[in-house]
Amino acid sequence: MYRLSVTLGQFLVFVVFFAIWELLVDLLHIRPVILPAPTAIAEKIWENRALLLKESWPTFAAISLGFIAAVVSGFLLAVGIAYSRIVRDLTYPFLIAAQILPKIAFAPLFLIWFGFGLTPKIVIAALIAFFPIVINTAKGLTSVDKELLQYMDSLGSSGWEKFTKISLPWALPYIFAALKISITLAIVGAVVGEFVAAGEGLGYVINSSNITLNTELMFAAIVTMSVLGILMYLAIVLLERYMLPQGQLEDSGHSTM
Amino acid sequence: MGKAPRITIEDLSLAFRTGTGPFVALDRVSFDIAPGSFVSVVGPSGCGKSTLLKLLSGVYSPTSGRILFDGKPVEKERLQGQVGYVFQRALLLPWRTALQNVMLTMEVARRSMTRAQREAEALKWLEIAGLKGFEHRFPHELSGGMQQRVSICRALAFRPQILLMDEPFGALDEITRETLQNELLQLWQQTETTVVFITHSIPEAVILSEQIVVMSARPGRVVERINVPFPRPRVDSVREHPDFVEMAGHIRSLLHPRAHAIAAE
Repeated sequence: MYRLSVTLGQFLVFVVFFAIWELLVDLLHIRPVILPAPTAIAEKIWENRALLLKESWPTFAAISLGFIAAVVSGFLLAVGIAYSRIVRDLTYPFLIAAQILPKIAFAPLFLIWFGFGLTPKIVIAALIAFFPIVINTAKGLTSVDKELLQYMDSLGSSGWEKFTKISLPWALPYIFAALKISITLAIVGAVVGEFVAAGEGLGYVINSSNITLNTELMFAAIVTMSVLGILMYLAIVLLERYMLPQGQLEDSGHSTM
Repeated sequence: MGKAPRITIEDLSLAFRTGTGPFVALDRVSFDIAPGSFVSVVGPSGCGKSTLLKLLSGVYSPTSGRILFDGKPVEKERLQGQVGYVFQRALLLPWRTALQNVMLTMEVARRSMTRAQREAEALKWLEIAGLKGFEHRFPHELSGGMQQRVSICRALAFRPQILLMDEPFGALDEITRETLQNELLQLWQQTETTVVFITHSIPEAVILSEQIVVMSARPGRVVERINVPFPRPRVDSVREHPDFVEMAGHIRSLLHPRAHAIAAE
């Protein structure tokens, strides 16, 4: 009962937010070029549905490819960090330093290096999505209960078995936490890439309608972008639900009992 | 699985290198374990009891000394896969159900078994341990005592020649502890496994074992080996038997020599 009323209440907060927005725009006679009303934005989205859908594809491609590149390379480096002292000692300080850098600032540089189009977008998305994956996965793999690994040794387990049966499942909650952070970062990266170095995509629509002061279209693209982002985030959450058995979902903090 | 071997521990020493020089965890420890018997090791913290088990399970290599099975020395690698291990913490995998946790040891150490055989074997042990109906529960859905039962099933399910137990009931309340002691004896009687049991509890050592090895701390040394003559099956009333009380008192005096001397004055 409480759950249901909370869900209803959460929904109401959204409704109230948009209602106030709509009302304020109407009462204060705010011009659409400054802030269009939610209904006007909805109308604009409907009018431009074909365009927005078409422009969603390159953005989606940039986010997905950048994210996948970050996950694969980040995972491999994390395994290196977790299992090789040399790799750990050499790369860790660099990684921490690199993580602090505002990687978005490199976007214009990538335009020079990779030209116009899909490549710079993928690179920026991958670059900022990469660090949480490496750091969290490495942390997950190294936080495995040592006694559990000794237990596997006492059974005559191979290193590969220890990895697949113990370390990897142990690290999965950490990895999923990283995936959720990284997918949102990949979205930011792709959009920034489209601001500076693209002739298509939702980021490009936002940027070009900004120049033409078509604020309604800009909002329409922002909303589409947000929906795209939410859907991709939800896909990760669903994957997590599917891959993490109940035992680990419920106590996300690790405790071997 | 062949019959359990006679285990001979011969002058076993282990020193760790530390920042302040070598630390001797075990110093020339020797004793014999009869096949299929139940041996307890008691001693104060830091006497190297757990280190001894890690040597017996092939996790560590000794600095000097040997472990012999039926008179033949065994290397670290050959010990692996022969010993079941139970720790103070149940140390279950939180992402596996009770049944899947019990199957782990067979997956690793008994590769020739089929999945169906592993599952049947695991179900059998869980039933003996009174966990029927809990097979598909995750560890966090089980009580501490139940988790430890699962852990014991996991260790026994692959039919190891030796079962090593490192204060397995130390974290449990007194009532659960006594229940599990009785259950352990029942489980053990279904196997031909030799048990090496580490404990802080003197009565626990006396009620469970055929032989008790008393150790001292820093460095870990054997102080005395005591045979426990009480017949099996041992019932709870043994705990009140005068010989039981006397034996427990003797072990206590070995563990607290100074306190004992003061009391005697």
